[in-house]
Amino acid sequence: MNQWEVVIGIETHAQLATVSKIFSGASTAFGAEPNTQACAVDLALPGVLPVLNKKAVECAIRFGLAIGAEVAQKSVFARKNYFYPDLPKGYQISQMDLPVVVGGNITLQVGQGDKAYEKVVRLTRAHLEEDAGKSLHEDFQGKSGIDLNRAGTPLLEIVSEPDMRSSDEAVAYAKSLHALVQWIGICDGNMQEGSFRCDANVSVRPKGQAEFGTRREIKNLNSFRFLKEAIDFEVQWQINEIEEGRRIQQATVLFDPDSGETRMMRSKEDAHDYRYFPDPDLLPLVISSEWIARVQGELPELPVQMRERFVSEFGLSNYDATTLTANSEIAAFFQLTVGIAGKQNAKPCANWVMVDLAARLNRDGKEIAESPVSAAQLAGLILRIADNTISNNIAKKVFEALWNDEGATADEVIDKQGLKQITDSGAIEALVDEVLAANPANVAEFKSGKEKAFNALVGQVMKAAKGKANPQQVNDLLKQKLAG
Amino acid sequence: MINKSLKQLSQALAAKQISSVELSTLFLDRIERLNPTLNAFVTVDRKKSLKMALAADARIAAGTAGPLTGIPIAQKDIFCAEGWTTTCGSKMLANFVSPYDATVIHKMHAEAGLVSLGKTNMDEFAMGSSNETSFFGPVRNPWDTSRVPGGSSGGSAAAVAARLAPAATGTDTGGSIRQPAALCNLTGLKPTYGVVSRYGMIAFASSLDQGGPMAASAEDCALLLNTMVGFDERDSTSLDRPVEDYTRDLEKPLNGLRIGLPKEFFGEGCDAEVMTAVRAAIAEYEKLGATTVEVSLPNSHLSVPAYYVIAPAEASSNLSRFDGARYGYRAPEYDNLEQMYEKTRAQGFGAEVKRRIMIGAYVLSHGYYDAYYLQAQRIRRLIANDFVEAFKSCDVIMGPTSPSTAFKLGEKAADPVQMYLSDIYTIAVNLAGLPGMSIPCGFAGGLPVGLQLIGNYFAEGQLLNVAHRYQQATDWHQRRAAIE
Repeated sequence: MNQWEVVIGIETHAQLATVSKIFSGASTAFGAEPNTQACAVDLALPGVLPVLNKKAVECAIRFGLAIGAEVAQKSVFARKNYFYPDLPKGYQISQMDLPVVVGGNITLQVGQGDKAYEKVVRLTRAHLEEDAGKSLHEDFQGKSGIDLNRAGTPLLEIVSEPDMRSSDEAVAYAKSLHALVQWIGICDGNMQEGSFRCDANVSVRPKGQAEFGTRREIKNLNSFRFLKEAIDFEVQWQINEIEEGRRIQQATVLFDPDSGETRMMRSKEDAHDYRYFPDPDLLPLVISSEWIARVQGELPELPVQMRERFVSEFGLSNYDATTLTANSEIAAFFQLTVGIAGKQNAKPCANWVMVDLAARLNRDGKEIAESPVSAAQLAGLILRIADNTISNNIAKKVFEALWNDEGATADEVIDKQGLKQITDSGAIEALVDEVLAANPANVAEFKSGKEKAFNALVGQVMKAAKGKANPQQVNDLLKQKLAG
Repeated sequence: MINKSLKQLSQALAAKQISSVELSTLFLDRIERLNPTLNAFVTVDRKKSLKMALAADARIAAGTAGPLTGIPIAQKDIFCAEGWTTTCGSKMLANFVSPYDATVIHKMHAEAGLVSLGKTNMDEFAMGSSNETSFFGPVRNPWDTSRVPGGSSGGSAAAVAARLAPAATGTDTGGSIRQPAALCNLTGLKPTYGVVSRYGMIAFASSLDQGGPMAASAEDCALLLNTMVGFDERDSTSLDRPVEDYTRDLEKPLNGLRIGLPKEFFGEGCDAEVMTAVRAAIAEYEKLGATTVEVSLPNSHLSVPAYYVIAPAEASSNLSRFDGARYGYRAPEYDNLEQMYEKTRAQGFGAEVKRRIMIGAYVLSHGYYDAYYLQAQRIRRLIANDFVEAFKSCDVIMGPTSPSTAFKLGEKAADPVQMYLSDIYTIAVNLAGLPGMSIPCGFAGGLPVGLQLIGNYFAEGQLLNVAHRYQQATDWHQRRAAIE
């Protein structure tokens, strides 16, 4: 494995969040009765013609601007010809030679904590196209059913350069892209419903070799887990093949989540000749600079801009800023929290959101949008840590109480459960004296040079104080007394 | 009544000399009597027509009638009309009842109040120059029933020539209005590409197809064209420009009109008697105050080859939707999906359609696309530029419409290339997107000869004027086929 380098490029189909289809007025809503959302154009009746939905174009422009790409002044729709029952016209309208978005890149963070690193993935292009319908192979007494509700749904196909070097990078890229298209409001990101699906082009080559190996394309991966499993299997399979002296043949493969294996769908020899040519029913798509400027004005602050602001405005590290802008929900939660807790508490806000809250959400399998602890509640808690009302340890208790709805605010929980920190030095001194008197053995050990004994004594004091004594004061007083 | 112009019929209806129901009945009776000989109509629906006539009479009585309300016309069976069988001359659509109206049909029915007498026969999917490729059998030329009426709008031409209808719609992809008009002694106009909506007009070659009027005179064509034109948001290639009244300039004198005579149209390859009639017509124009100038269309010899790449390429893709899956013909027996496609299309399409689908698929194939399709597109631009150059020194271009008069049924059917050459003078006009007309200009061997007029972009009004003035001075267009 070590002498092999993995090369991955990803093609993503993002379903655009428009109300109507890309070339007709029919609705794009998911889940309707079969064929109730297919109009004459979607059914490809004789004589019907496509008319481009401007909203879909705006989605493409938004995406282009968000990744710093060139939005083409002129792009062309082409017909991709092939026969299939769920493709009513016998061709798919797509873009071939002149796509609407060219270039751009996405910065992602791979891994977590100390092992995390940043990676820039370049994008080749993104183009508009229509989705096909669905073939239903069950329940028709040996025949197939066709549902054309999805036919004509707008898609943005986003093609990356082969810049990824591991399945982790591939997943990080897919996640970043997934977050971005939702962030800018062009895709609902629903992977179960097929709104966001990836094809991975995978090859391997000996480390140090300049040319790419022969790639195989894994089609239609609709979860991040499948993406990782499919690539990992495929990489191992390709390495085995080569090491056993066989050559990789260019092919399209499918991933079977049950077996965890990829299997060949068609080889390069069986590949269709799609006979692409410019669609004569549609004029070239011309996008004026005014249109681009207007869409630019409507864009929200982008993750990359927000990341920079978090660093400059709040003094956060790059890692923190990237993590907090991983998706729009996290970013919104953090911004609300810091808005109440104040800039001076930005770092603890970041830590609570990224570490404690994230871990708790993870334990219950919840998304941040469903967090039982609101940003305002969390900010209230952080303010009480900042003003020494409670220690970090007690704060965890308060947080858990808020999570379980045992109080409306941190103050209420602290009050009700008597968790206010003891900072009265007289009271703490009394506790310290008590503990020293009751634990002569520990005192002796400490004095004979065993530093560990000190921690045991601190523990005893905190225990006596039910955790509420100010830890710094306990430390200071103990040191003072033991030295005395 | 049978031989009256649209203007005279309009006056008769307005003066209550005749009702639309009576007038329509007159023509429907005539169709019943003569259609068995001519085979000009493939669908007649007396009940439907009379219902429209009744509604038209109500509009006339209520004073809300337009200029053509209540006038019966024939519709080429390429236009989808709600509730009407719409076959496009093919077995593939022999059972297809359209659930919607083409824009042109909607304008004529709902807005203008015209009465459709039925759907006229045509070459299958408009592919042919003799009306012999129709699944419903050939149409016979009213001037000599052993001869073809031309094509593809052969049914419309025969219907008007035999006065089974006062006027008709046609479509013209490479000469399909002008050539049958010439062969049947009619006036026919192919407008500038984009002037008449293509929505609901079953596509043959999308970048070339254009609907237009066929009638006994330029004045009738102008009146009918007024009801057909206008921007249509359902057709992306429709042009958004102010609506004109095409009768406005009919009477303008022709003093100073510069007629361009392309030397390429007056060389070899044209029947001598046809040429004599054409030259006599030009001499008549000189009497009317026009001058002539020789122009050149140096690439016109490339128009047939370029056309027979571009039109089949588009057709091969346009006709992919006829797959037996959703509507139209499906082979009765098949074992799997591939067989369903193969048998359906093998049985549903005629030989000429299959020939063009194969040519089209070939020229779009990987490895041939550049050499054929792209090269043909380059030639297309050269041809369009030739016209731009020519129109610098003239206002209108004239020449023969067709190199010969109506030929015998079966005479060219076995030789596709000979058949294709019958459109040698008309095809360049479609490639350039220009408006073109054919008007009666004499007879050769007792058969009608057509003079072709080609105008600059959007010069329909001028062409109609030039044609009308000639028809004021001559009576060729008033000669009627002796068929009873």
